Amino acid sequence: MKGTEAFQELIPLLKDQPVVHANGYICRESFQLQDREANFYMIGSMGLASSIGLGVALCRPDKKVIIFDGDGNVLMSMGTLAMIAATAPKNLVHIVFDNQVYESTGSQRSLSGSVPLEEVARSSGYPVALKVSKKEEVKPAFEKLMNGDGPGFLLIKVDPVFDPETGRVTHTPEEIKTRFMNALGRREEGSRN
Amino acid sequence: MLSSQNFVDQLTSKGFNFFTGVPCSLLSGLISCLEKTPDVPYIPAVREDAAVGLCAGAYMAGSLPVLLMQNSGLGYCLNAFTSLNLIYKIPTLVIMSWRGCGGNDAPEHIIMGKINEDLLKTAGMDYAVITPENHQDVLQRAVRKINEELPFTLLVKKGIFDERH
Ligand SMILES: Cc1ncc(C[n+]2csc(CCOP(=O)(O)OP(=O)(O)O)c2C)c(N)n1
Ligand SMILES: [Mg+2]
Repeated sequence: MKGTEAFQELIPLLKDQPVVHANGYICRESFQLQDREANFYMIGSMGLASSIGLGVALCRPDKKVIIFDGDGNVLMSMGTLAMIAATAPKNLVHIVFDNQVYESTGSQRSLSGSVPLEEVARSSGYPVALKVSKKEEVKPAFEKLMNGDGPGFLLIKVDPVFDPETGRVTHTPEEIKTRFMNALGRREEGSRN
Repeated sequence: MLSSQNFVDQLTSKGFNFFTGVPCSLLSGLISCLEKTPDVPYIPAVREDAAVGLCAGAYMAGSLPVLLMQNSGLGYCLNAFTSLNLIYKIPTLVIMSWRGCGGNDAPEHIIMGKINEDLLKTAGMDYAVITPENHQDVLQRAVRKINEELPFTLLVKKGIFDERH
């Protein structure tokens, strides 16, 4: 399955959930397919999509929060898997597009070919950690995580076939933040974490 | 010397309600008070840059975050400060111990102690050195900066807060 196909499977399943995107190809692909106000496009700070998503999930227990991460990003901040597992927000779904390369910078090999990230997540303490590699497996796996208690982890194995012509996110960083915060709105009273 | 409990009370009364960080002995009193404060979380972070990300998410979700860290973690954070906080305008109050200040500390702290302020200035991170006398003023300054949606750092020298270890 191509990376684009994985996004095409997932994006129609989204409602108003906040989605925090890792930098590089992940942002660009998702932006190209369907720009959403509730998308946080992290254009720098490689490795931090997971901790940003965790912060959102901990402060908004009333929302299902999704992270679209990359293998290189996860490997850079593997310790954050421990933070997610330890704080255990039920409302967090962590999805990793694993193409086994740093595709955004020219497809240099990452280490996820030899390190099974879903097992790292599972032994860190994510209650659910799934791995899929076929297109038809994406939707059921995602729905299982969205309908159950998290934190859930989904590793999607994809082929590295990114089209470098895919445009960059055109919003300014401040616009991205403001839109995202507006889409999140305020937490309703009484839904404390 | 400032009372850690008193300072934590001032922070929470100003609306700061989300705390994370990586410990430093100079901040041990603050962290131990935070761990006992009901209703506000203190979340142990694995590394300072992960704590910056956590604070950014917390802020966007409506909380007011504080990051407690040793200045030895500043290098880990520079990319996050410059490519996340400063460009998106995501504020965070950073309480950073100033190890190596004045050159009197363990060898591993000496160089960072010397360049700590210059690094913050070069990165465009506004900061103040907190003292028992100025603490209310610098906290006001920090709150003003945060209202402008920018991060602010309070540098903490040894002996400013009571320690618990
Ligand atoms: C700290 C840092 N180091 C390196 C880069 C350059 N860089 C940008 S995207 C990227 C690859 C990210 O890899 P992955 O998460 O696997 O995403 P992919 O590009 O494969 O979709 C790299 C190395 C960066 N932006 N920041
Ligand atoms: Mg990759």
